[in-house]
Formats: sequence, C-alpha cells, structure tokens
Amino acid sequence: MTGADLAILIPEIVLALFAMGALMAAVYTSKDGMAATLTSGTALIFVVTAFYIGVTADDTRMAFGGMFVDDAFARFAKITILLSAAAVLLIGRDYMQKADILRFEYPVLVTLSVVGMMMMVSAGDLIALYMGLELQSLALYVIASLRRDSVRSTEAGLKYFILGALSSGLLLYGASLTYGYAGTTLFSGIIETATAGEMPLGLLFGLVFVMAGLAFKVSAAPFHMWTPDVYEGAPTPITALFATAPKVAAMALFARVVYDAFGGAVGDWQQIVAFLAVFSMFLGAVAAIGQTDIKRLMAYSSISHMGFALMGLASGTEQGVTAMLIYMAIYVTMNIGTFAFILSMEKDGRPVTEISALSSFASREGTKALALLILMFSLAGVPPMVGFFGKYAVLLAAVDAGMAWLAIAGVIASVIGAYYYLRIVYLMYFGQAREGLDGRMGPVQYAGLMAMAALIALAWLPGVNLLGLEGMAAQAAETLVR
Amino acid sequence: MDNLLSIVTFLPLIAAIILAVFLRGDDAAAQLNAKRLALAATSATFLISLALLVEFDPNDTGFQLVEETTWLFGLTYKLGVDGISVLFVLLTTFLMPITIASCWGVNTRVKEYMIALLVLETLMIGVFVALDLVLFYLFFEAGLIPMFLIIGIWGGKDRIYAAFKFFLYTFLGSVLMLVAMIAMYVDAGTTDIVALLAHDFDAGPITLMGWQIAGGMQMLLWLAFFASFAVKMPMWPVHTWLPDAHVQAPTAGSVVLAAILLKMGGYGFLRFSLPMFPVASDIMAPLVLWLSVIAIIYTSLVAMVQEDMKKLIAYSSVAHMGFVTMGIFAANQQGVDGAIFQMISHGFISGALFLCVGVIYDRMHTRDIDAYGGLVVRMPAYAAVFMLFTMANVGLPGTSGFVGEFLTLIGVFQVNTWVGVLAATGVILSAAYALWLYRRVVFGDLIKESLKSITDMDRRERAIFAPLIVMTLLLGVYPSLVTDMIGPSVAALVSTYDIALAAHAADAMVAANN
Repeated sequence: MTGADLAILIPEIVLALFAMGALMAAVYTSKDGMAATLTSGTALIFVVTAFYIGVTADDTRMAFGGMFVDDAFARFAKITILLSAAAVLLIGRDYMQKADILRFEYPVLVTLSVVGMMMMVSAGDLIALYMGLELQSLALYVIASLRRDSVRSTEAGLKYFILGALSSGLLLYGASLTYGYAGTTLFSGIIETATAGEMPLGLLFGLVFVMAGLAFKVSAAPFHMWTPDVYEGAPTPITALFATAPKVAAMALFARVVYDAFGGAVGDWQQIVAFLAVFSMFLGAVAAIGQTDIKRLMAYSSISHMGFALMGLASGTEQGVTAMLIYMAIYVTMNIGTFAFILSMEKDGRPVTEISALSSFASREGTKALALLILMFSLAGVPPMVGFFGKYAVLLAAVDAGMAWLAIAGVIASVIGAYYYLRIVYLMYFGQAREGLDGRMGPVQYAGLMAMAALIALAWLPGVNLLGLEGMAAQAAETLVR
Repeated sequence: MDNLLSIVTFLPLIAAIILAVFLRGDDAAAQLNAKRLALAATSATFLISLALLVEFDPNDTGFQLVEETTWLFGLTYKLGVDGISVLFVLLTTFLMPITIASCWGVNTRVKEYMIALLVLETLMIGVFVALDLVLFYLFFEAGLIPMFLIIGIWGGKDRIYAAFKFFLYTFLGSVLMLVAMIAMYVDAGTTDIVALLAHDFDAGPITLMGWQIAGGMQMLLWLAFFASFAVKMPMWPVHTWLPDAHVQAPTAGSVVLAAILLKMGGYGFLRFSLPMFPVASDIMAPLVLWLSVIAIIYTSLVAMVQEDMKKLIAYSSVAHMGFVTMGIFAANQQGVDGAIFQMISHGFISGALFLCVGVIYDRMHTRDIDAYGGLVVRMPAYAAVFMLFTMANVGLPGTSGFVGEFLTLIGVFQVNTWVGVLAATGVILSAAYALWLYRRVVFGDLIKESLKSITDMDRRERAIFAPLIVMTLLLGVYPSLVTDMIGPSVAALVSTYDIALAAHAADAMVAANN
C-alpha cells in the first residue's frame, strides 16, 4: 500500500534525495568549487525527471488517500516547471559565476523549491497544498537574498519573506475556515459540501481567503506589490527563476483549487478571478510604462501576463483551462528567451539593467537585436509571433464563456502594454548611437535566446502547430475539469 | 500548380530569410547584392503572379485556386482568390519591384531595409489571399511590424512619434476586430471565410445596458470591424496618423503605405462588412457616406494649405479613399466596381506621386514646396511625368483616376443625391490643390540658387516610372481590363447583399404583423 503510494512519488523523492545528497557532498568536499558542475548537473536531473514523467504517463493516480494526485494536469505542469527551471539554471550559470555568487546552495535550493512546486501542482488536500507552497516559498526567500553583501538583494529577500508570510497567513486562515465548514481538508470532500445545495457562507469566506493567498503567489493585482521590488533586488538569474517556474506552479495550483475543491461553484469564484484578471492586465500594462529598469519592467509585464492567464481560468470551462495552460507554456518560453538576453546585458564588464543602455543596440548586434525584437513583439501579442496565439486562446475561451467584456478589456490592456515593449524595440533600432552594451554573450545564453526566439517566430507555422502543445494542454485540462 | 498562391505569398519571405542568413557585411558590394536579390525576388514574384491571370476565371464568382491545410486551434490554413481580391494581389506584386528599385540610393542598413520590404510584401499578399479569419488577422496585423521599423529606422526627423502613432492607432483598431472575429467563431463554429459568407448572423435587435441596438449582433460585429478598417483606410476623423506616417516614412515606405496598405481597409469592407453583416451595413451606410463626403471635402481643403509636398499628397490620399468608402457603401454595381477601380488606380497614381516627391527629395533633401519653383527649366522629363500623375490624381478623363471617381459618383447618386452632389465638388477641389502644387513646384522662374544645378531624372528613375505611366493610361482608356475581372464577383456580392436585406425586411414585417 505504502509502496504503491511511494511509487507514484518517485520523481519528487528522487529530486529531494538528490538535493540532500548534493548538500552533503558539498559540505564535506570543496564547497563552492563544485557549484558550477552541480548547477549543470541539477539542470540535467531536471530534464531527465521531466522526461521520466513524460514517458511514464499513466491514468489519474492517487496516493496517500487522495492527498497527492498524479494526473495529466499535474504532469503537464511538472514538465513545464522542470524544463523551465533547468533552462533558467543553465542560462544563469555564467552570470552567477562572474558575479561570484555561484554557491553550491543555489542549485540545492532551486531543487528544493522545484520539489515544492511539484507538490503544489499535485496537491489533493489543503495540508499537502500548504506543505508544497511553503517548501517552495522558503527556498525562494533564501535564494532572493543570495547576494548577502548587497543591501538590495537582502531587502528583496526580506520583503518577499514578510509579504509571503502574510499571504500564507491569509491562505491558512482561509483553509481553516474551509476545514471548519467542510469538515475535511481533502479536496474531494470539500467539493461535496460546495456542490451540495447552497454553499455555506463560511466556506465562501474560506474560498476567498485561499484565493487571495494564491493570487499573491501568482502576483496578480492587487496582490502584486512585492513583485517589482523583488524582481529588481534579486540577482538576475534568480529573477529569471521567479518569472518562470513558480508562476506556472502557482497558476496550476490556482486551477487545482478552484476546480478540484470548488469545481461545482464556478459562479462563486468566477467573478473574483475575472476581477483579478482585469485588474492585473491593466495595472501591469499601465505601471510598466514609466519603468526605466528592465527587470522592473519584466515584473509588471509578468503581472499583466498573469492577468491574461487568469482570464482563461475565469471562463470556467475546460477550454479555459486549456487556454491557461497554453498561455503559461508560451509565457515561460518567452521569458526564458528574454531573460537569457537580460543576463547578457553588460557594460564594461559590469551587468546593467537600465533600459536606456539598449540604445542603438541593433546597429552593432543585428542578430541578437532581431531575436529580442521577436520576443518583444511576442510579449506584446502581435501576430505572427506565438505570443499572439496564447492571447487568442484565452480570448476565445472568454468569449465562448459569454464574457466578451473581459476579452474586450484584455485587448485594450494589450494595446496599452504594447507601448512599452515597442519602446524597447524603439531604443534598439531607432535610438541615438552612444556608448552601449558590450556585445559579449555566453554561448549558453546565446543558444537560449536564439532557440526561444526561433521557436516564438516559427512554431505557429502550419505543420509545426506549436509542437503539439494544444493537444497536451487539452488532455491535461480534461482530467481537471470533469 | 496546386499551391500557386502559397508560392506567390511566401517567395518574398524566403528571399528575406536568405538575405538575413547568408548576406554578411555592410560594404558597398554587400549592399548592392542585397538590393539585387530583393529586386530579383520581387520581380520573380510578379512574374509568377501573372499566372493568376491565366488560371483565374472571372466568370466564376466563387473562390479559386483554393489551398487548405489543417492548422492549430481548429483553424485552417486556407488561401484562395475571387474577383475582388485577385487584382489586389497583382497590384502588390506589380508595385513591389518598383518600390525596391526606387530605394537604390539608400545606403544605411540596406540589408535590413530589403528584409523589411520583402517581409512586408509577403504579409500584404497574405492579407488578400487569406480565407481564414485568424489567418487574415495574422497577416493584417503582422504588417505593422515591418512598417513600424521602416518608418522608425529610415524615416525623417520626427519618425519616432510617427512610428508609435502609426502602430498604436492601427493596433487599437485591430484588436477590437480580433474580439469580433472570436465572437463570430463562437457563433458560427468556423473561421472559414467561405463558410462565414454563407452564415446568417443574427440581426434581431438586442438590448445592451438599457440601449436598444438595431441590427443586434451584426451591428456590434460591424462596429468592431469598422474600428479596424476605418483606421486603416483611413476615414475622417481617424485619419490623423496617416499624414504623420507619410511625411516621416522614407520614399519606399510612403509608396507601400499609400499604394497597398491603405487598400486593406477597403478590401476588408468588401470581404467582411458588406457581405457578412448586410443589415448592419445598410443601417450604417448613411453615416459612412456622410463621413466619406466630409473626408473628401475637408481633407481636400486641408491639402490645399499644406507646405510639405508629402503631407499634401497624404491628405489627397485620404480624400481619394473617401471616394472608395462612398462607393463601397453605395452597395450597387457601379459603386463597388468604382471603389475597387479607384483603389487599384490610386495604387498606381499615389505610388507614382510619392516617387515624384522622392526624386526631388533625393536631390534637394527638402519637401518644402517653397524650396522649389521653375523645375521645368532644368528637368523637362520630370515635369512631364509629374504633370501626367497630377492630372491623373485630379481625375482627368483618359487617366485611370477618372474612371474610379466617375463610377463611384454614379453609384452614390442612385443612393443619395446630396452625398453625390457634395462629393462631386471634391473633384474640383482636388484639381485646385493638385494644380496649385504643380504650379508652385514646376512652373515659375527658376530663381533659387540651389536649384540651378539640379539634374533631370536618370535612366533608373525613368525606368521606374515607365510601367506606372503605362498602367495609368491603359486603365484610363480601357477600364474593362479591370471591370471584366471584378464584374461578376461584384455582381454576386451586390445581389447577395440585396437578397439578405430583402429577407431581413420580410422577417421584420412578419414580426411586426404578429
């Protein structure tokens, strides 16, 4: 019985053991000397695990009496999380090494947070949910302040920790209310209470608090305040991590909670999600206009993108969940490419993050500028870039669910948002010639940037069809929305 | 050839990719190679597209040369042409080699310039051949990217403002259309344009937030499409991006913008608004007609006081596009025939006029009308060419400009006499500003020192104008070349439109009697 349960958890167990083993090995040997190798090794382990999850795909399986769910939805999210975390580790390695902050704890903590994320997306119980969420968050709080001697980095970590603790508190409060009124922490039990006639008011309160806590994790407005500061303060490779894998995990968890635990009460959470979506899209679009730091800009950009992903969720249909998953996969791809570039931004050998440093970049580095141009237009949602198809999918889901107003709000926000992506293109291509960035770029970053840009520019072609992403996402959504 | 349209559409893109990947360096030889490859690719595209004339049967009013492959999200990659779109494809492929040849003198970032123009050609052709809503949107919208770069990189001194205004204006218009397209998909269950043309969108009145909306869903969809096409067209009062974009764009950019990009709005009205939402079009037609008349008269008056040659021609384009929207929403055979004819002819004439400005701009680096005068003394050949296209712009009989304006006026007279009468004054006004421009630039005494050593057109420039002169005169004396191609398709469009309106009127009558 326990053996069968543990068999379902093999990927998580392997990663957790790996993290502990690496920790022990590093402590007893040369410490930071092996950090570079360990980082690459961790990325490799992630890819292998993702591959393992992909090939051992099975029907929906439950472990520990339903506390841990392994279904197509969880597997889709886990593969996305693992691959994006691996990519982030690889593109950030050289940067960390150069900045002399590549400590062996970094890959270990990333591994632990990834295990937490995998727990989150497989949670079938409020306690399992909280456990995964905290494992993920605690590891990330530490990583955010990895640069111990930098005031901004420690400030970022502290801010993240305090606000994160607040949101965890909200979530726990909501979870306790839910437990009080449903009499169980299992999602399968909660959904019975939620669908049996009128939903108790206390349960509704619980739902709202749980959602507020989750909205903090996906950095949806109005729970976004931490995002720009943490993005700016954390070392860039860690910002890249924040922008990708945890977002996927939190969004998947969001979908998991609203469907598995409150699936019958779509009307009750739909308005909340729709509000979060609209607010995030507009806030992300408007607040980014004045930014001068590219990491802050990407923070607001991610808030806006989370709004679009929530729009898919707000439609409350299987199609909506499919659209959300497609959107998140595309979002992660675009962000890895963009951060591969941001990581390479250097002037006289020192990293810079001012947007103005990009001025007239295209006249010196045509190919890289073209790749970034593709990514920027994709983030703005201009066809034919793949980002457009992500937007199309969520808009289609919203209109199909009778929420045309949400779709109209979304497209207007995307026009406002287009301005700041265009501004980057404008600086690169039309900017006045002046002392700009060094042209150097590590081979891994270069490969990451080019591969993501090529994918974004070409994956929509007939015959490529987004590499089958649509079918996988649809399969995943099918197991969640019943 | 089963995939003729795909070949014509994607050949320039392939050339662009070859340029991007294989051409290295930025010396004079590399620049010349880039220009040569671009010219060869666009010329080849034109020659291949001539096969459309052979393969296309004007009497078949359905879509021809159709290609279909499955695509993602349940969409189809579907291409095809009918009588309305086939000539726009040819117009594009015909003008692109001329455009490329006109920028032989450019020497900054030539490779990127050629790539942008080639990519733009693919996207423009794609707009006219796409038979899937989202595919159409993809081409329609993606054209903004190269155009944004063309204006922004190679434009004049206020190019950044113009590029942003161009992009955001048209982007805002189009995203509303995207929502409407999604709503159409949800309603009809398909994004296939052929199937949507046969689909009957609900036109029963609906109430939205306390407002009774006549035409119901059709009206909402129509308005969303109108937001996009009216900006693209551009119609008064959303035309203000055009003069800025034109003035700042480099010559080739202006030519493409005026000659082809503006036609996408008119094409959109003919492909979507009129046949898919007939009831809403009928309700809104008076508004569009009056907006067109305002555009014709107001922008003609504005054109008269311009001091910048390009701005003047830009305003004149807005006025001429007024005739197009007027003809389309007259919704009869002459009106629609005239509108399409006017678009084709305006493609040649406005393209040529911007090239004319380009010729003297290359020499003097100013577009101020005051900086010129008496050019006829030093540049007789230029004076003759400019004269011809000025007259064609005025609508002199014997040039293609006349046929389009005349047909649209006939069409609109049958529908609304007042609009017809007022629009006809536009012809007079266009004569006023165009001839006055010509007088100030070409005639008079050659007193300005700087002009005394100006040289006449060289052989390359003459070669560029030759095909445009031929087409302008040929269509002027033999308009059946165009009307025979478009006639049957337009007749089918107009008759389905009338039938749909009659059916709706009958439905409304039945509903009223009950």
